[in-house]
Parts: sequence; structure tokens; C-alpha cells
Amino acid sequence: MRRIWALLIVWIFLSFLINNVLPILPEFGKFDFFMRAIFDIIHKSTKDNYEPVEFKKSANREDGSANVVTSIVVNYRSFDTLGEVTVLFTAALGVGILSASLKRKSFLEFDEHFVLKIATGIILPLILLFGAYIFIHGHLTPGGGFPGGTVIALGMLLLMLSDKQFKVTDVAKHTEQVAGSGYVVVGLLGMALSGVFLMNFLPTGVVGNLFSAGVVPIVYVLIGFKVGAELSSIISEMKEG
Amino acid sequence: MMELLMYKLSELWYWLKDVVTDSVKLFYFLVGGLMIVFSIFAVEAKKTVDALIALSAVSLLSVLIFIMLRAPDVAITEAAVGSGLASAVMLFALWKTKVGEKK
Repeated sequence: MRRIWALLIVWIFLSFLINNVLPILPEFGKFDFFMRAIFDIIHKSTKDNYEPVEFKKSANREDGSANVVTSIVVNYRSFDTLGEVTVLFTAALGVGILSASLKRKSFLEFDEHFVLKIATGIILPLILLFGAYIFIHGHLTPGGGFPGGTVIALGMLLLMLSDKQFKVTDVAKHTEQVAGSGYVVVGLLGMALSGVFLMNFLPTGVVGNLFSAGVVPIVYVLIGFKVGAELSSIISEMKEG
Repeated sequence: MMELLMYKLSELWYWLKDVVTDSVKLFYFLVGGLMIVFSIFAVEAKKTVDALIALSAVSLLSVLIFIMLRAPDVAITEAAVGSGLASAVMLFALWKTKVGEKK
């Protein structure tokens, strides 16, 4: 009886969707949002005259990042990103409090695997390097602080599974505190130098260089360290607490 | 009535022909169909571990669709968080509850 009701509800929703919503939408995959958003709306500079962006040539733009998503996330809506970081911090705090308040601790017991241990020694530096690359080049290539930090936390998970003695110590928590307050300090510096909280106060440079986009690479390196430390401490608390 | 049915059937036939000959459309429909199959399996599975693996597979297949739709940022994040980290955290929670049941 439950399944019949579920099928009925799904059928009503699907028929509504197919009859009323689908004819309005553009064809799947043919929507040129890429062209519309990037070249006409986002790269419209409010300081200078409107001109198209050329890689490695245009300089001193309002946002110096080649990756448009980054320029939205860290330049124009940086306060939003600060909120996201706070949400992640609250989640980590909740997991920590919950696992610390458990009376009966249960440790996961498993045997070390020889092949996994040797392979981890080879592949772990590459994983850490890839995570660092993602968040250092966040303003040039796809990615940024959150994916880079997550890749680093996955490397820590691999280390935890291959080595019994490995534990995430208090260094992770201190890293997280320093990086999280560093983001707020960068925002306060912007307020002191330019008058607006989280303002991009450094020169933006040439689009496409590593040292460009002003304050964006600094903020993304801080976010990468913070997310990596936080997620690895969440995993270790789930495993050990 | 009969003519209407024939008309609908021929429309369906042309649509199927279009999907099979166009490789991009075929890719979308194959991956989307597999995602639907895996999610139904995740709901109906008897063991919780099987449901977890099916959920991880759904995230992994959605990564392919994100790449085809030119959203590499979302693809990287989904591959790292959806299929790696979330599965690991849920697996640890599952193991812990099993350990608690035995004692």
C-alpha cells in the first residue's frame, strides 16, 4: 500500500513537470550560459571602460582572476564565503562535542595491509601536492580552497587506513584557528586600507599570472589549510572518538 | 484513436533513433539511467553497506555529467566530497554502530 501511494505521488509530480515545466525550459545542454555570464555580465568593469579580457595581456582589472567562479566567490561575495567557513567550523565543533561526550569509547580495530602501506608511501606525496596545487592555483584553474582542502583530508584518511599508529594531533586544531582568524584579519585589513570589509586592497596584476588577483590567492591558501585541517579532524574523531 | 496511437509511436521511434545516433545524447541517457538504477537500489537494499556503495556510485556518475556540462569546479568538489569523504564518514559511523550492537 505504501508503494502504491508513493507511485501515485511520483506520477502526479512527473506529469505536472512534463506538461507544465518542460515546454518552458531551453533544450538540455544547449543553454549558452557560459558565454552570456562570462563575457557580458561578470567581466564588466565598473572602474574603466568595457573591453574584452585577453589572457596574459589585460592588466589592472577590477578582478584579476582568470577563473570567473573564484572572482565571484572570493571577490564579490566574500562575506558569503566567510559564512560558509563558519558553517563548516560549526559542523566540526558539533562532531567534536558529540564524540567527546560519549561515555563508552569504541575503537575501530583492523589489521594493516602490506600492499596498502607500501602504495600509500608512493601515492600520498602526489595526493598532497595535487591538493596544494588546486588551492594555490584557485584563481587560474578550476577548483579552489574547498576542493583542495578536501583532497588533502582524503590523503590523511588514506594515511589513517594504512598506518595504525597515525593520529591527527592538536596541530590540526591550531592550524584551523590560525587560518580562520587569518581570513578575518585579511578582511579587517581591507576595511582599514579601503574602507569596506573584505575589500580587495592589493593590485590585481596581469590576468593569468600566478601572482595576480590581489587578495584572492592569500584567502584561498588560508581556506585550503582551514578546510583540510577541519575535515581531517572530523574524520579522526569519527574513527577514534 | 488508432491513428493517434500510431502517430505517438512513430514520434517515439524518431526520438529513440535520434538518441541512439547522437553519441552525446546517448551518453547523457546512459549515465542518467544508471544513476536512477543505483538510487533505486540504494533505497531498496537490504544491507546498509550496499546502500552506501550505491550512493557513492551515484555521486561518481554525477561527476561525469558535471564534466560534460562544463562545470569542472563542481566536478572536483563532488568527486572529493560526495564519493570520497561523505562515504568514509558514513562508513565509520556504520562500523561504530555495529560495534556497539555486539557488546
